[in-house]
Amino acid sequence: MTDVMTEVGAIDCDVHPSVPDVAALLPHLDTFWRDSVVERGLNSLDSNSYPLKSPLTSRPEWRNKSGLPAASAKEVGDQVFGRWQSGTAILNCLYGVQLLFSEDMAAAFCRALNDWVVKEWLDRDPRMRASIVIPMQNVEYAVDEIERCAKDRRFVQVLVLAMQEVPLGRRHFWPIYAACERHGLPLGIHAGSAYRNPVTSLGWPTWYIEDYAAQAPGFQSQMASLICEGVFAKHPGLKVVLIESGVTWLPGFLWRFGKFWRGLRTEVPWVDRAPWEIVRDHFRLTIQPFDAPDDPHAVERAIEHLRSDDILLYASDYPHWQFDGDAVIPAGFSPALRRKIAISNPLATYARLKEDAR
Amino acid sequence: MAKKHVVAAASEIPPGGRKLVTADGRAIVVFNLGGEFFALSNRCPHRGGSLCEGSLTGLVLSDDPGHYDYTRRGEIIRCPWHSWEFDIRTGKSWCDPDRVKARRFGVSVEKGAKLIEGPYVAETFRVSVENDYVVVEA
Ligand code: FES
Repeated sequence: MTDVMTEVGAIDCDVHPSVPDVAALLPHLDTFWRDSVVERGLNSLDSNSYPLKSPLTSRPEWRNKSGLPAASAKEVGDQVFGRWQSGTAILNCLYGVQLLFSEDMAAAFCRALNDWVVKEWLDRDPRMRASIVIPMQNVEYAVDEIERCAKDRRFVQVLVLAMQEVPLGRRHFWPIYAACERHGLPLGIHAGSAYRNPVTSLGWPTWYIEDYAAQAPGFQSQMASLICEGVFAKHPGLKVVLIESGVTWLPGFLWRFGKFWRGLRTEVPWVDRAPWEIVRDHFRLTIQPFDAPDDPHAVERAIEHLRSDDILLYASDYPHWQFDGDAVIPAGFSPALRRKIAISNPLATYARLKEDAR
Repeated sequence: MAKKHVVAAASEIPPGGRKLVTADGRAIVVFNLGGEFFALSNRCPHRGGSLCEGSLTGLVLSDDPGHYDYTRRGEIIRCPWHSWEFDIRTGKSWCDPDRVKARRFGVSVEKGAKLIEGPYVAETFRVSVENDYVVVEA
């Protein structure tokens, strides 16, 4: 059996362009921040979540001579559009802007980052789309950044991290969700932490493996928060995409969450239907990492437990090392489902992608 | 055919009250909602909790997060085991009304004078002519 499990013309919903260093952003910062970067000797905002040079964070063959993976539109294009024959890539730029404590600095760096993505990526390859990185440190600034970037229709999503200062459902964030809804932009929640809180509710774990494994419960809690606070009752048009979240935890979590909803729903009366139905209507998950054994039958069963063909989105998570060879889609997906997650599900999720069909 | 069982004197179940009774060997809880009587199987359709021991509450709904639309106070019984809500008038659960419902029984209030003529089953107590009685069909 071949391990090529891709789809021609697919919409790859999770591709990570690398920011080589802060210098790359300088042309997009205003003079004050440009000088500050130099005066403070700041050369990187890379986060602990994803130490670029650490061996396991990227497939070795995807690094260029300087050791950087996904360093240019051409390199990404060669892999994603060339080798895997995808038709579109959604760029989710992970850079430590969410970790900054200064709201002003975070806003300045988000602007620079988004402008850098336009110039170095979107303008260089018409098949690329991107997420707007926003400064969650300040809701007003976050909304401003959405408004500023949303004019460019190549921005198709708003990107935040799975773990930050407070749960995402909290009402002071709602202007952000209103902006997402207004502009047809899903809220993409990507694995990662702003490290405002320990990554586990138990306290700080010792090892990276614990941090990475803790992302899944982090996503679960965000899902619970968004639902329980009533975000979808208020913003029925909002879609949320969980990115690099893992997939197979979902049925078990929903079983537990739905069961407790039956007895506790009076606390949150705006949650007026089973959480599973809300998830089916509002949440999508990217397929890498899938978190299942290699056995195709096990994968088939995991898919059945999701109870919906609409919920998964094709994504390579390039250049992260989630699979070997070209097995972007794990074995066990039927050809029809492969096609659906590669094309129609992303089109149904990202309203702005449909504009290209005009 | 369901038989009519005299299960309680009406005065034993005042408005807002409830009583666990037995009719034809079945545990049934009779509620008085402001003078109207309703009878449900005491066995919660989920896992069998005793509904009679649950707490009486109202129905809280919301069409806007942060707003609590609280009505029908005293008309909902929450199972003591897992807190699912049941509508006393219909027996339906709130969480899954079409599939999870507490069985309903017919219930009425009859004059003692009429009951003495039969055909009623008064299993546990004497009926006197001048009082009102709760009659359950089971
Ligand atoms: S037994 Fe009644 S809710 Fe579970």
